[in-house]
Amino acid sequence: MGYKRKKDDGEGEEMESEVRGRPSFNGAERRNVILPSMIKNKDKRAKVYAKQKHEKKVEKQKKIKARDAAEKLALELGEEPPQKQIPKTIENTREADETVCRPDDEELFADIDADEFNPVLRREVTPKVLITTCRFNSTRGPAFISELQSVIPNSDYYKRGTYDLKKIVEYAKKKDYTSLIVVHTNRREPDALLIIGLPNGPTAHFKLSNLVLRKDIKNHGNPTSHEPELVLTNFTTRLGNRVGRFFQSLFPQEPNFRGRRVVTFHNQRDFIFFRHHRYIFDIKEDKQSGAKGKDGVAKERVKPRLQECGPSFTLKLRTLQHGTFDTKGGEFEWVHKPEMDTSRRRFFL
Amino acid sequence: MQHDEVIWQVIRHKHCSYMAKIETGIFCRNPYNVTGICNRSSCPLANSRYATIREHESVFYLYMKTIERAHMPKNLWERVKLPRNYEKALETIDKHLLYWPKLLQHKIKQRLTKMTQMRIRMRKLALKTREKIMTTPRRDMKRESRREEKAIKAAVLDKAIETELLERLKKGIYGDIYNYPELEWNKVLDEEKQAAEGVEEEEEEEPEIEYVEGYEELEEEEDMEDFSGFPSNGSGFDDDDEHDSDGEEEDDDVEEQVVIHKKGKRDSRKADDVGKSKKKKKRVVVEVEQEDGDVRQTLKTAR
Repeated sequence: MGYKRKKDDGEGEEMESEVRGRPSFNGAERRNVILPSMIKNKDKRAKVYAKQKHEKKVEKQKKIKARDAAEKLALELGEEPPQKQIPKTIENTREADETVCRPDDEELFADIDADEFNPVLRREVTPKVLITTCRFNSTRGPAFISELQSVIPNSDYYKRGTYDLKKIVEYAKKKDYTSLIVVHTNRREPDALLIIGLPNGPTAHFKLSNLVLRKDIKNHGNPTSHEPELVLTNFTTRLGNRVGRFFQSLFPQEPNFRGRRVVTFHNQRDFIFFRHHRYIFDIKEDKQSGAKGKDGVAKERVKPRLQECGPSFTLKLRTLQHGTFDTKGGEFEWVHKPEMDTSRRRFFL
Repeated sequence: MQHDEVIWQVIRHKHCSYMAKIETGIFCRNPYNVTGICNRSSCPLANSRYATIREHESVFYLYMKTIERAHMPKNLWERVKLPRNYEKALETIDKHLLYWPKLLQHKIKQRLTKMTQMRIRMRKLALKTREKIMTTPRRDMKRESRREEKAIKAAVLDKAIETELLERLKKGIYGDIYNYPELEWNKVLDEEKQAAEGVEEEEEEEPEIEYVEGYEELEEEEDMEDFSGFPSNGSGFDDDDEHDSDGEEEDDDVEEQVVIHKKGKRDSRKADDVGKSKKKKKRVVVEVEQEDGDVRQTLKTAR
C-alpha cells in the first residue's frame, strides 16, 4: 500500500486491485459503463449514443408488450387484470403541505367565521366593487375594464386622476364599497391586479398575464346581466382558501341559475385561471362500448356545453397583506420570494 | 499673469472633458458652472474671478474664486452659506458680490431663483407617493411563463368546469329549472316509465310491442307478470299504479328492455341501473310525456 506511484500508473492500479480483490470488480463494472459524453470523438460518440438510445427503446417496448399481454391474458381468463400503474404527475407528487385544509378542522371553521369576508359571504352585505387603474395609460386597459364591469355585477369604474391609493381607499370606504380593484399597467398592457377588501380587508396583489379580451375569442358569447355562478376549484391550503373566499366576496352570493352564467377561478400549480362562460345542458347520444354500456347501443347523456364569453386571464398571487393597502407599515401574510420557486413540486395555494 | 484667454483658446478648440455637445447646443458639465452652457464667460476654468451657487442637502452655498488664490487649488473656492429665506439670500449675494461684473451677479441670482423653485418642488413631491419600479431577472420571467403554459395544459379547464357543473346538476342545486329525465332519473324513471307506458299503450293504442333482447338476466316470467293485467281505460290509473309498484319491486334485479314503437314517440329510453332507481325512488317525479296527452297527463306518481 505504501509503494510510490510510478509513471506506469496502469500497472500500479492493477496491482492494487489484485491486492484488494473485490473493489476491482466494482471498478471494472464501473469502467464498462461508458457515458457517451466521455468520448471525445464526435463520430464515435454519436454512434454509441444512438446505440444506447435504441437499446433503451427496445427495452421499453418489451415492457409495454409484456404488460399488455398480461392484461389481455388476465381478461381472457376472467381474472382481474393487473393494476394499471398510475403515471406520476406534478399534482400527484406534490410536496406534502401541512397547511392543506382538512374537512374536519375546527380551527379552520373558527377562522372562517372570524374573517373579513364573512359579512359578504353570509349575505348580510351585497358586494359593491370600485374599479380603477394606475396613473399610466394603457392600450388595452379600458377594454379590459369594461369587460370586467360586465363580469362583476354592481361594479363602478372611476378614472384614477392623481390621487394617492390610500386616499382612494378612504373614499371608497366612505361610499360603502366592499372591494376596490386597481388594474395596474406596465408597458401599456394591464399587468397586475390589486384587489383590496374594504373596510379593513386584506390586500392581494396578483400578477396578470395572458389576457384575452372578448373580441379576440372566436365564437364568443355575450354575457347577460344575471348574477353569475362561481366555480372555485383546487384551492387546497389555508392560504388558498383565503384567496378563494376573497374572490367569492367580489360576487353576490345569490346566483341566478336561470342566467346560466358561470365564472371560474381555477387554481393549478399556483396559477389562478379566470374564465367566464355561458353554459347549457345538452342531451347527447353517445355510444359506449365499454364496461358501462352492456347493450352497446346508443345511450343518452346530459352534457354541459360551454360558450366562452368575457375576458380570460391568468393570475398569480404575489403578496397578500393584512389590512388595507399599506406597503410600508402593513403586515404581510404571504410574500412571494424567488427562493420559493426552487422546488418544482411545491405550491402554496 | 492673466492667462484666461489662453486657457479658453486651448479648451475650446482642442479638448475639454467637461464639454457635452448635443443637437440643441453645447453644454458644460463642470459642477461649478453657473449657467451650464459652454461659454467664454461661463467657463469656470477660463475665468479667474468666478462665482456659483451649489446645493448640498437642500442648503444653498455661494462659492467664489479670485485670482489671488489661483495658485492654491485647495483653497481656491470660498464658500458662504446662504440663508433659507429667498430675499435674505439675495441680499447676502449682493453683499458678497458687490463690485463684481454685472453679468455674473445677474446669472447668479437667476441660478438662485431656479434652485429655490426646484427645492420647493422636490419637497412637495417627496410628500406624495411614487411608484418604485422593481425589476425581475429575465430568467424568472421566462420560467414563470413556461410554468404557466404547462399549468394550462395540466388544468384541462373546459373539462373541469363541465364536470363541476354536471355535479351541481346531479346534486340538485339547480332545483327544478332543468327537467332532464335523461339524467340519473333516466335510470330511475325508465323502469317505472316503461312499465307504465307498456301497460297504458297496450290499453289505448294497440301499439306493436316488441321485446328486444336485453340482458342475460332477463327473466321472461316477470315480463308476463308485468303485462298480465290489461285494465280498461276508466280504472286504468289505479291499476297502473299498482302495476308500477309491482313492476318496481319485481324488477329490482332485472334490467329489461321493452321497446314500444309508437307513432312519433321517442323510444330511446333505456333502463340501466335499477339499483340506482331504488335509491332515487323518493325523489322522483314521473312525468310521462305523451302526444295524446289528455288521457295520461295526470299520471304523476310521486314517490
